[in-house]
Amino acid sequence: MRHTISILVENEFGVLSRVSGLFSGRGFNIESLCVAETMEPQVSRMTIVTSGNDQIIEQILKQLNKLIPVLKVIDFTGVDTVDRELVLVKVNAEGEGKQEVLRLVDIFRARIVDVAPRCYTIEMTGGEGKVLAFLQMLRPLGIREIARTGKIAISRGM
Amino acid sequence: MQMTGAEIFVKALADLGVDVVFGYPGGATTHIYDALFKNVKVRHMLCRHEQGAVHMADGYARASGRIGVCLVTSGPGATNTVTGLATAYMDSIPVVVFSGQVPSPLIGNDAFQEADIVGISRPCTKHNYLVKETKDLARIMKEAFYIASTGRPGPVLVDMPKDVLMASARYDLPKEVSLRGYRPTYEGHQRQVESAVRLLLSGERPVVYAGGGIILSNASGELAELSRTLSLPVTTTLMGMGAFPGSDPLSMGMLGMHGTYTANMAISHADVILAVGARFDDRVTGRISEFAPHAKIIHVDIDPTSIQKNVPVHIPIVGDVKDVLRKMIKLVKGKKEAAAYRETTAAWRGRIASWAKTHPLTYKPSKGKIKPQYVVEQIHKLTKGKAIVATEVGQHQMWAAQFYNYDQPRTFLSSGGLGTMGYGLPAAIGAQVAMPGRLVVDIAGDGSIQMNIQELATAVQYRIPVKVVILNNGALGMVRQWQALFFDGNYSQTCLPRIPDFVKLAEAYGAKGFRATKPEEVPEVLRKGFAAEGPVLIDVITDPDEMVYPMVPAGAGLTEMLLV
Repeated sequence: MRHTISILVENEFGVLSRVSGLFSGRGFNIESLCVAETMEPQVSRMTIVTSGNDQIIEQILKQLNKLIPVLKVIDFTGVDTVDRELVLVKVNAEGEGKQEVLRLVDIFRARIVDVAPRCYTIEMTGGEGKVLAFLQMLRPLGIREIARTGKIAISRGM
Repeated sequence: MQMTGAEIFVKALADLGVDVVFGYPGGATTHIYDALFKNVKVRHMLCRHEQGAVHMADGYARASGRIGVCLVTSGPGATNTVTGLATAYMDSIPVVVFSGQVPSPLIGNDAFQEADIVGISRPCTKHNYLVKETKDLARIMKEAFYIASTGRPGPVLVDMPKDVLMASARYDLPKEVSLRGYRPTYEGHQRQVESAVRLLLSGERPVVYAGGGIILSNASGELAELSRTLSLPVTTTLMGMGAFPGSDPLSMGMLGMHGTYTANMAISHADVILAVGARFDDRVTGRISEFAPHAKIIHVDIDPTSIQKNVPVHIPIVGDVKDVLRKMIKLVKGKKEAAAYRETTAAWRGRIASWAKTHPLTYKPSKGKIKPQYVVEQIHKLTKGKAIVATEVGQHQMWAAQFYNYDQPRTFLSSGGLGTMGYGLPAAIGAQVAMPGRLVVDIAGDGSIQMNIQELATAVQYRIPVKVVILNNGALGMVRQWQALFFDGNYSQTCLPRIPDFVKLAEAYGAKGFRATKPEEVPEVLRKGFAAEGPVLIDVITDPDEMVYPMVPAGAGLTEMLLV
């Protein structure tokens, strides 16, 4: 089963390799990983999407907690969260396709952030399903390049 | 007061109570060696290989319970410590390795003798550091010692670039360590402990399965008290040898692949298992699906990751085993339930006694060839069971575990987790440095001993009177045993036709060499060797066809033992 795990870590040299090395060394799977500073500059938040049975997830959480620069580990499974991904996509925009791109941008509430004679670069945020649907709709028009972040998540309310 | 990094390093070592450092100098640590030259508090012992230095620090730590310290240079000096670090990591031994590093501006440039040792050692240390500024050095050293020795102990590496050692800063060794991401749980949860005791007392066929955690936590007294209060039969892991007196009537000896018939049968038929400071290693459990099929398991460990890792546990308790055992004792000591329980479980102890009677550890004695088990028995007899025994890895290691009775903790030093050949001699030297008054014996094989034989020079140079007994079967015996049993006797690359002549080799190093080739010579040669001054190497020519039994073949259940 897929789990989204949020980890608060000391923002110090080598901490990313400690976390990623833990996953590779113990054969845990990483589907995506995002990391950036929090409000407190000494602390970073990593959001990792991983998968495994209950026993593996339990090990992942415990092993993460065991790392010395790790301050807090939260498994968002069963927690009410908001999660988002960001995708930048460069798509062909010529002739009739141009109108279709604009329509899709409108429908998906995306934004065009760069315009070139024969292509547009679009920015879109959303949950994973929305991102995938958007890319699927654009594909027939000719996607030249995409850059996606992994998932980031935060708990609702409180 | 301003001091250089090198001076800070040496002063901090002294202030942290370090009396000896095992090390090897090099370009990146010359400033430290100059500072050490001027310091009288910290003794430095020059090893012959950095791997030997870490094992010495490790043996020092295991025998004494103090932190073992090691100092090496950058690049190859640092990479040579990796096996030692991994050994200490697998067995949870508090060791701190300080490595020199190329100057900060050169890091990442493939400089001479540069290696990314922080990256390399990350998976085999509990934690590691790269010191970036001289002012941080003392604090990091304090943290390194704290991390190495608290919670589940383990090795820590501190990498020190040369410019950091040369620059000056104020000496500032903090009194306290504060790491917000590191707070080990020492106290077992009282209600969990109560549930555990209820579960334990509800059973009729209990087994205590005790590991190295008992020794690390200095909880042997508590383990003995609880076991005797409730008459609980105890089996220990290889790492737990000496955690419970081997001569106690409740002791069943070691369990697992080469465990006793009694221990393996008992754990397989138990209805409640109290696992304390042990981690259900694959060499202990055999095929996991057949491990302890009838038992409810209580697992006490300071490291939460050890719990539920290999086997499902009914009552997990995270905490220091010493604290948890004390709480358990408090709940049962002098209670009438305890007396009733001893009665309920008497039949079970009878069954265990009958297994012990019908299937003791044994071997077929021989008039012509020296049986390795006999040698270990003779070492036990001669030392009255009071020696500190270090081992290498292989058949001799298992015989040393089986045929020498360990009554005290910290008297059996062996690479249990990683299985590092070449561990024993340097570990014995380290143990002897920590315990100058004790007799320290390295029970070795002719394969393993050659992996760190160079440390004989260290022993001779510092007059460290370790006694090495080589059970010389002219083979890599454990692999040969597998080849004999499972590969049609194809002895592929396991023959070491008794090269070199170990007696001459010992003499070349300036140690004393003895040899026994016939069974009747063994007691006298051992006696002479142990009585001789200084480091001694005793070469005992043993039967190459002897095998370690019982043996649970890899992937089999614990009851499927091959017996003598």
